[in-house]
Amino acid sequence: MRTTTAGRESTAEFDSASASALMLILVLVGLIALAPSVTNAQSTATTTQNSGVTSPEEEEPPVMDNQIFGHILFDQLEGRTNGPDNEFRWDGEGWIGTDMNKLWFKSEGFAEHGVATDGDTEALYDRPIPYLRYFDFQAGVRYDLDSNPGMTWGAVGIEGLAPYFFEFAPTFYFSDRGRFAGKVTGWYDLLLTNRLIMQPEFEVNFYNTNDPSRGIGSGLSDLDTGVRIRYEISRKFAPYIGFAYTQTFGETARFTREEGGIVNDPRFIFGTRVWY
Amino acid sequence: MPRTKFGVGGCEHKPALTLVAQSRLEVRLTSFDTISDGLLSASRGSRDRVSRGITRRRFVQGVLAGGVIASLDLSRLPALAQKTASGPPLLSGNSFDLVVEQTPVNFTGRPSVATAVNGFVPGPILRMREGDTVTISVANHLPVDTSIHWHGFRIPSDMDGVPGLSFAGIARNETFVYRFPVKQHGTYWYHSHSRFQEQTGLYGGIIIDPQVEDPIEYDREYVILLSDWTDEDPEAVFSNLKQQSDYYNYHQRTVGTFFSDVRKEGLRATISDRLMWGRMNMNPTDILDVSGATYTYLINGQPPAANWTALFQPRERVRLRFINGSSMTIFDVRIPGLPMTVVQTDGNDIEPVIVDEFRISVAETYDVIVQPPDASAFTIFAQSEDRTGYARATLTPRRGLTAPVPPMDPRPLLTMVDMGLGNMSGMAMGDRPRMKMEAKPPSTPSAVGTVNARRDGYGEVPFPQPSPNTTRPSVPAIAGKPTPPKPITLREGPQVDNVAMRPTERLAEPGNGLDDNGRRVLTYADLRARYRGTDLRPPNREIELHLTGNMERFIWGFNGEKFSSAEPIRLKLGERVRIILVNDTMMEHPIHLHGLWSELENGNGEWRPYKHTINVKPGERLSYLVSADTPGKWAYHCHLLYHMEAGMFRTVIVS
Ligand SMILES: [Cu+2]
Repeated sequence: MRTTTAGRESTAEFDSASASALMLILVLVGLIALAPSVTNAQSTATTTQNSGVTSPEEEEPPVMDNQIFGHILFDQLEGRTNGPDNEFRWDGEGWIGTDMNKLWFKSEGFAEHGVATDGDTEALYDRPIPYLRYFDFQAGVRYDLDSNPGMTWGAVGIEGLAPYFFEFAPTFYFSDRGRFAGKVTGWYDLLLTNRLIMQPEFEVNFYNTNDPSRGIGSGLSDLDTGVRIRYEISRKFAPYIGFAYTQTFGETARFTREEGGIVNDPRFIFGTRVWY
Repeated sequence: MPRTKFGVGGCEHKPALTLVAQSRLEVRLTSFDTISDGLLSASRGSRDRVSRGITRRRFVQGVLAGGVIASLDLSRLPALAQKTASGPPLLSGNSFDLVVEQTPVNFTGRPSVATAVNGFVPGPILRMREGDTVTISVANHLPVDTSIHWHGFRIPSDMDGVPGLSFAGIARNETFVYRFPVKQHGTYWYHSHSRFQEQTGLYGGIIIDPQVEDPIEYDREYVILLSDWTDEDPEAVFSNLKQQSDYYNYHQRTVGTFFSDVRKEGLRATISDRLMWGRMNMNPTDILDVSGATYTYLINGQPPAANWTALFQPRERVRLRFINGSSMTIFDVRIPGLPMTVVQTDGNDIEPVIVDEFRISVAETYDVIVQPPDASAFTIFAQSEDRTGYARATLTPRRGLTAPVPPMDPRPLLTMVDMGLGNMSGMAMGDRPRMKMEAKPPSTPSAVGTVNARRDGYGEVPFPQPSPNTTRPSVPAIAGKPTPPKPITLREGPQVDNVAMRPTERLAEPGNGLDDNGRRVLTYADLRARYRGTDLRPPNREIELHLTGNMERFIWGFNGEKFSSAEPIRLKLGERVRIILVNDTMMEHPIHLHGLWSELENGNGEWRPYKHTINVKPGERLSYLVSADTPGKWAYHCHLLYHMEAGMFRTVIVS
């Protein structure tokens, strides 16, 4: 989602009760999913202490193939400038879990003068889709987290590797007030060399109704696209430069103009891609 | 087996062991060149037990003064600073005392900590004799559990050293005493079976001298143990692979290689090639998961710069016992200018084959004889299969004399055959008779009796290792055709990124990157056992297993299942099975069955080679026979360490 509105009066009240309920469900789903691995780890801890008396049957298995791994990637931590105007953009994701059950977090947004003008954060349960090699099913919640009146959405989507190494993640969002939204992101790594990598990327957002409080119009709302060239000093640390282009459409564009914002906004970017 | 607490200052099991450091001996050799001949090598023809005993005692004299403590200091020197490369010491006898501990090391110029045995990486070479009952006490001075597995040993399953299967592991500050009869001979090795300790240095060579005169003639011998070292924490390596499976691959195809391919192959061919691989989301540069980007390749614990060195006298027959103790690295080995006669693999003698080069997969062993014609030096060159680095050592008539190190070969690229799409010509193995050996009628054992399999697993090995004096047990003939395998239906999914549509027979191929390189390269088809097998029954049952995985997700398994979700494979004690492996993945997998021999069906009939580790090429279908003659729970797994830990593991229960 990408708008240039700020400081608008709140019209949509944030339903904190439903948000908490969704969060709770999500955490429970995650815990249930991770339970076998956690018990696995616990039994390991206990048997090491008294391995002298336990029989092999009670021991930890010879290989631990349901280990929990964690991953945090900030693929965009960048400044964007068009000369007079500068803004900060972040986009990151993280997961924790086993091969088949993961808890995902995604966060993205813009900040200007230290204030988040547009951001959302998602917490999702993730599971590989049977009979598909590279795609995961994801479901959970999204919360619009910035200085504007926020909204909580349910989220259902897929993420994975389409043929030709094209990363692709469409997500569908719904709220309890009958609103729907969609977000599609995609990116591709083009290896100029094994360390110099060009990454074209795009994100588009759709909404079914207007939300003037967030400056959002129905239909195709906005596009954020860019090309970044990063140099992988190591796999985990890669500074980059690039070019980004954002555009708002339809009603959203009208809201943007009314706010005095820019509908077509090309910018130079520089940043760092890091992961742990 | 009793567990003994290891007290300060000693252990209940006093060793009657002898200590030898190859390095010390070599120092002597340089100073007393004339004596050295007698020292290291008894003339093979006149060799008997006594003379060999003397040889070994003289070995001892070279080093006894220092023993383990002095040697410890030697090993703690920065490896790169060691101008005189040393190998691990040699312990021999029937009783061994091993201490597993953390030891500071420096293989790369950066100090690190290794999991060492008696302070050495690799651990000491253990030399034992067939027919002896050996006692090996292993004291664990690590802060975590440990274990030692005797790779390729046919011993009772509770001595096999796999935590969670054969025993509970060795807790910290505990000592476990292994005790088992040695019923085989040849070159073997040992390594930890606990998590990633093998990657951090817990491995060592084993030589078992045959009970009778060794039919392999040689004047001098060296263990050449290849391994891969990383300064990274192996847990981090595994985590990196799980997060980005091509993390260590810095030789992927780029825009640059696209244009150079366009120049060579033309635009249309290059585009269609890129589209073919892209459609599958497969990467033809995916040769080894962990590369020289993090690994330093070692020979006897020495990086290439330290140049481990072995001495010889011109025209001597030198036996080199190659062991691949790597975690993830398949090596291609050659000695430029010196042909090698391969005489043994995985501890079993084969009909000699003269080659210029051989591929040694993880956990395999190959014994070769070389005969340097004159007083010039030779480089032992072991390049990793993905050509991202090499291990190197020198064979030389005198210290300081070295030979050039050859450049590495071009990096191999995977092909359609590796994807299991069959040969370009359309010739698929499935259409041909499966095994050439079947053309030869199986011999009918004359006597009829019960299979001499002992329930307790101790004592005689029912089907012993073939040797010149083997007595073949008389067993009832198995009539009729073997029960065919359960059909495997595999579908692509999160754990299976590819199903080989037309797997091929590739035993006669030297392997990716070795085709048409102008050298004579060993193939599996060349391996012909020197002695007839001991179990001549045809199989009564066939088991088919697919080697599967999802490269992108770094999930590995058999038949699309990881260890944790799979049932054990059950074999009836005494039965004879044919295991058929189909490699659906794009990688080679060295498959190791503990406790039982794997008799590779490579067209040599009753002279099929006995192995403990069988390397399966991408897109390959092969089979081997197994006599389930020793009861117990046995590990069965890919010997690529991170594949095993990711789930490419099964329990085989013989009962
Ligand atoms: Cu493997």
